[in-house]
Amino acid sequence: MKVENKALSPLLTVKNLKMHFPVRGGVFRRLRAKVFAVDDVSFSVPHGKTLGLVGESGCGKTTVGRCILKLYKPTAGKVVFNDRNVLSLQHEALRESRKDMQIIFQDPFESLNARHTIQEILEEPFIIHKIGNKNQRVARVRELLDRVGLPRNSLMRFPHEFSGGQRQRIGIARAIALHPKLIICDEPVSALDVSIQSQVLNLMLELQETLGLTYLFIAHDLAVVKHISDRIAVMYLGKIVEMSDADSIYEKPFHPYTRALISAIPIPDPFRKADKIVLRGDVPSPINPPPGCHFHTRCPYALDRCRVEPPGLKDAPGTSGEQHLVACIRAGEI
Amino acid sequence: MTTDIHTGPGSSGRNAPLIEVRDLVTSFSTEAGRIKAIEGVGFIVRKGRILGIVGESGCGKSVTALSIMRLLPKPSGVIERGEIRLRGQDIAQLPVEGMNHIRGRQISMIFQEPMTALNPVHKIGRQLREVFDIHRSDLSKAQARTACIELLQKVGIPDPESRMDEYVHQISGGMRQRVMIAMALAGKPDILIADEPTTALDVTIQAQILQLILDLQAETGMAVIFITHDLGVIAEMCDDVLVMYAGKVAESASVKDLFSTPKHPYTQGLLRSIPTLDSRRKTILPVIDGMVPSLFDLPAGCRFQNRCPRAMPICETEPPPLYRVGSGHAVSCYLYDNIKDESAGG
Repeated sequence: MKVENKALSPLLTVKNLKMHFPVRGGVFRRLRAKVFAVDDVSFSVPHGKTLGLVGESGCGKTTVGRCILKLYKPTAGKVVFNDRNVLSLQHEALRESRKDMQIIFQDPFESLNARHTIQEILEEPFIIHKIGNKNQRVARVRELLDRVGLPRNSLMRFPHEFSGGQRQRIGIARAIALHPKLIICDEPVSALDVSIQSQVLNLMLELQETLGLTYLFIAHDLAVVKHISDRIAVMYLGKIVEMSDADSIYEKPFHPYTRALISAIPIPDPFRKADKIVLRGDVPSPINPPPGCHFHTRCPYALDRCRVEPPGLKDAPGTSGEQHLVACIRAGEI
Repeated sequence: MTTDIHTGPGSSGRNAPLIEVRDLVTSFSTEAGRIKAIEGVGFIVRKGRILGIVGESGCGKSVTALSIMRLLPKPSGVIERGEIRLRGQDIAQLPVEGMNHIRGRQISMIFQEPMTALNPVHKIGRQLREVFDIHRSDLSKAQARTACIELLQKVGIPDPESRMDEYVHQISGGMRQRVMIAMALAGKPDILIADEPTTALDVTIQAQILQLILDLQAETGMAVIFITHDLGVIAEMCDDVLVMYAGKVAESASVKDLFSTPKHPYTQGLLRSIPTLDSRRKTILPVIDGMVPSLFDLPAGCRFQNRCPRAMPICETEPPPLYRVGSGHAVSCYLYDNIKDESAGG
């Protein structure tokens, strides 16, 4: 259909996305405060690529994913998917667009109906979208099982009969059932054991290759994110603090938070005892984020200016054209 | 049947083991019958050393810790066999009253989820003081309070005096884990067992807590048994390591030996499969195929055989003993059968 500018326009563009959750209390449920879960986030993901979204709990990475699917109604901003603004879609048009964007959750057990067989779980997307007759659906479900590496005899079994890794395969099978273009992967391997993690990561890489999938990969494990991503955005308290292609963000991180995150990853190599940057203090609450740069309360390099002036996301020193963006007024000098 | 690799010169005298576990078997009764959660687990921890126990869910690492603490769920969990020697005294079958003198003073434990391990309806100060009431009844109320505040300060809690009057839900996850550590250290134990203490925490907070445990260990000279699923944490924290698989010890070695010359095919596969910051992006990772067998349906022979790239006929019939492959390095795998005799002598 509209393939001509495929190479130029990204599949997904998020512009100035804001999601402020109200905190209500008292007799009249009056607005007490707001949680600034996502605060002015912009990025785009080209066709067939993976954007990794990393950050610690409460940084807003999961909320970004849910806003894109319009599972939440964002406070402000735009989500352009396949050249259409998702946030203005209603009813039938919204449902239609969700065929093209799917989600895989962290906990495959909670996201699979415990009372349905695998056959029923995997058939449901086709029923909802009125695709095929019973026989065609059954055939497609079998195909899906093969594709994600589950035995055919899984069909009549229930989710509890499977291991964590197998359940995540079921979640993946469900997500790819309708040939989506984009999959939001929300911590898909965090709950899995190490030896199973790599199996699932391999499956996701393979599927991306063969089906031309685009991923938004949300996780807190930087090593995993780096392995699967083309570009990475680091979030802190609702904002992107640094965004760049996956290799250079590790080789040359500019933001002190990115540096601390990378340095905090335990390295499975006892012969490489690097000096760790251990950040002091905790992440502040997103209900009342600190003024200025949100990171200044933990930043070893903070100046007085950082406490008042919010840094914008700008080209990092020595880069141009939004290749490497960083939100720190001291980027390059520290 | 299992070769004990640790006995020999040095097992007595000034560097005597603080704790020595031998051939430990712990089983649970379930609806489907009794299952052995761990079988034949053995290790030694000396003063000032950090032993890591690593393995995937269900491998028995937590059951090993709970067996040592004698905190197995009752009545289903039972130590069937084996010894847990604490400074020479076997506590595997010690009655509960005896354990009350040991827990907190000789061995303490911290858990993965401090929110469930702490009491939500009592103030932090009261929970901490309780430890002093039990183990240091000689202290007056005021002295105990001062000791609590000092302890909170020591574990890096800012403004400890006012924290004493707060509840657990008012502090962050990292702070809760610090409170847990303070409680565990109140009785000045010789051994601290840490069961995935940082798994529920964010990476930057994990780095803080790991550093705290290392600092306290260096200061007090206590021994630490550190349980984790993260080989990165093992590499950064531990001196020695025990790799467990499906209830058994697959390999035990010094951390440096384990990472430089892993012997067990499981350890080798595990180390290869972790994505690191240095691995090439978007490449297919080497994997260990298949899954851990269920404890209800264990194969005869080696428990890793169905996933092992180097399995041999004997692996299907006879469980492999622990072979000594170097100083302090043992592996439960028939691949090392031929070198048993040479190394046993040296």
